Amino acid sequence: MNYPDESTYGNKVPTVFNDFIHLSVCWPSPILEADIISTVEFNHTGELLATGDKGGRVVIFQREQESKNQVHRRGEYNVYSTFQSHEPEFDYLKSLEIEEKINKIRWLPQQNAAYFLLSTNDKTVKLWKVSERDKRPEGYNLKDEEGRLRDPATITTLRVPVLRPMDLMVEATPRRVFANAHTYHINSISVNSDYETYMSADDLRINLWNFEITNQSFNIVDIKPANMEELTEVITAAEFHPHHCNTFVYSSSKGTIRLCDMRASALCDRHTKFFEEPEDPSNRSFFSEIISSISDVKFSHSGRYIMTRDYLTVKVWDLNMENRPIETYQVHDYLRSKLCSLYENDCIFDKFECVWNGSDSVIMTGSYNNFFRMFDRNTKRDVTLEASRENSKPRAILKPRKVCVGGKRRKDEISVDSLDFSKKILHTAWHPSENIIAVAATNNLYIFQDKVN
Amino acid sequence: MLSKGLKRKREEAEEALGVDAWWLDPGHPAVAQTPPAVASSSLFDLSVLKLHHSLRQSEPDLRHLVLVVNTLRRIQASMAPTAALPPVPSPPVAPSVADSLLASSDAALSASMASLLEDLSHIEGLSQAPQPHADEGPPGRPLAGTPPSLGALDLLGPATGCLLDDGLEGLFEDIDTSMYDSELWAPAPEDLKAAPEGGPGKEAAPELDEAELDYLMDVLVGTQALERPPGPGR
Repeated sequence: MNYPDESTYGNKVPTVFNDFIHLSVCWPSPILEADIISTVEFNHTGELLATGDKGGRVVIFQREQESKNQVHRRGEYNVYSTFQSHEPEFDYLKSLEIEEKINKIRWLPQQNAAYFLLSTNDKTVKLWKVSERDKRPEGYNLKDEEGRLRDPATITTLRVPVLRPMDLMVEATPRRVFANAHTYHINSISVNSDYETYMSADDLRINLWNFEITNQSFNIVDIKPANMEELTEVITAAEFHPHHCNTFVYSSSKGTIRLCDMRASALCDRHTKFFEEPEDPSNRSFFSEIISSISDVKFSHSGRYIMTRDYLTVKVWDLNMENRPIETYQVHDYLRSKLCSLYENDCIFDKFECVWNGSDSVIMTGSYNNFFRMFDRNTKRDVTLEASRENSKPRAILKPRKVCVGGKRRKDEISVDSLDFSKKILHTAWHPSENIIAVAATNNLYIFQDKVN
Repeated sequence: MLSKGLKRKREEAEEALGVDAWWLDPGHPAVAQTPPAVASSSLFDLSVLKLHHSLRQSEPDLRHLVLVVNTLRRIQASMAPTAALPPVPSPPVAPSVADSLLASSDAALSASMASLLEDLSHIEGLSQAPQPHADEGPPGRPLAGTPPSLGALDLLGPATGCLLDDGLEGLFEDIDTSMYDSELWAPAPEDLKAAPEGGPGKEAAPELDEAELDYLMDVLVGTQALERPPGPGR
């Protein structure tokens, strides 16, 4: 296994682009399939940033502590821990190989010195404990320094073992393995605000787990039809409400969102609220359903709104209004006339994620050509930025990008036909309180920060 | 996967855009109002190919599968009411779609597409209206006149029956065991056990008669070698 080594990475010199300082932490080239980043997530304080990749590895970055001596290094993220979370498995009963790709990582709120996170592949969720060790005990009576047992006859005095400092070691240990509960592919995990339970969602079912119990889970949503021939809709994403531990939402491939209350019944097959926007007849095509399929759903930090991402738009919904979103943002509407090509090359099935900033005033999502978009909900301004080393020389100003949809192409614009659809930004994350964002571009991780002064 | 993210040659892009723009063009006679009246047969064929490709995976992506099936239903629904159905996509049509796909795909995909084409070339009436209940019988049925109402996944009809051992129901058949919930995926064509085409699996609750039970027992005990089932392309 080719683990990235802590010493390989130093952060590049901060570069100033418009409002963001570019701190780039990159994986080594050449591009290996296993190095493709499949999930990115800040912890609740923003001190740690976790990434998962197709090879089943988790890499955790830690933010550099502020120091008076090195002010310019504030905010840099360095590798803190690397471990193999999931291995490829073989299901002998079905003769299937289970991918080790990490689909999602979710942090638990910190309750002691150790950090805990959930990581999942298609079938199995694992709880990992990441802890530091900077002391070790010395002076055992029954063991010598190498750990070998001493002959009791040779012990003539007793001493008290002492803790001596050692080089900081960060170790990750699997504390729980939650397996054998999902027939279909897990697409989401979400930690409940009670910090005792979490849910895992696959294409047809959602299960509720207690962190302490691994051999049992409660099924809270099941949309599998009695006759599988009648299957027309799958679950695409699910999340708990940030404050109400009985409430969660899940989205579907038909562009609908259901809000459920676990107090209503044990099996939440009947939703409390049902969010769906009527189809726009002028935009109807054979691909209407595919592009309406929701790829991500996220509660706002306030818990008052939910944001959904479908193929061409990001929508913000008010929990109190089910019949239409309150805001709709066009991510890359110029692709609407290209849907047939995108259907042909399967790009139309790409699943983009979306994120809120800490104050719920800005939302961000990815696009193609390593572009990602930010929308300010208050000013209604939006910007397109690019995560690319080729186009960002050190200290150069990275201009906002623009896609030319027709007519004369201006100097810095890029035409729709020149977009590289293999460079897709599916996964992004926003620091919980500051303007620091993490953007995964295939196998590279970019970290951008608001300009300080 | 079909040419994921590869830039397509200009002529193919134009061809695809031509297909796309065709029904978005408000001046086109077929585009009276939304939705477009008739889909091009190449879009139908493309969708069928996607569906078969998806089904051939050892564990298909359920979301992808469902979306493709639903899209295929829409396309077929738009094609069905039209009196002038597009001609039966005989082998020459399927390869033309596949050709443009093959040109932009890699070698491994070409190989699987070639084998898929081989299967398709033995199937007649691929896009004809299906019967509501999958028949047991040769796939080469005559072109139906007025199609009956479309049942769920009936559109796969004969094509499925040829590629999958137990036909429509086998697509999403569940076999509940105590530990594992479903036998979702139909076996890959290479893994077809010896069973007559459109055999016992056709019905929702397969009822094996005694002769077939005995046969299966013999197979399990190993006294009888596995044979490929008779049928097109197998």
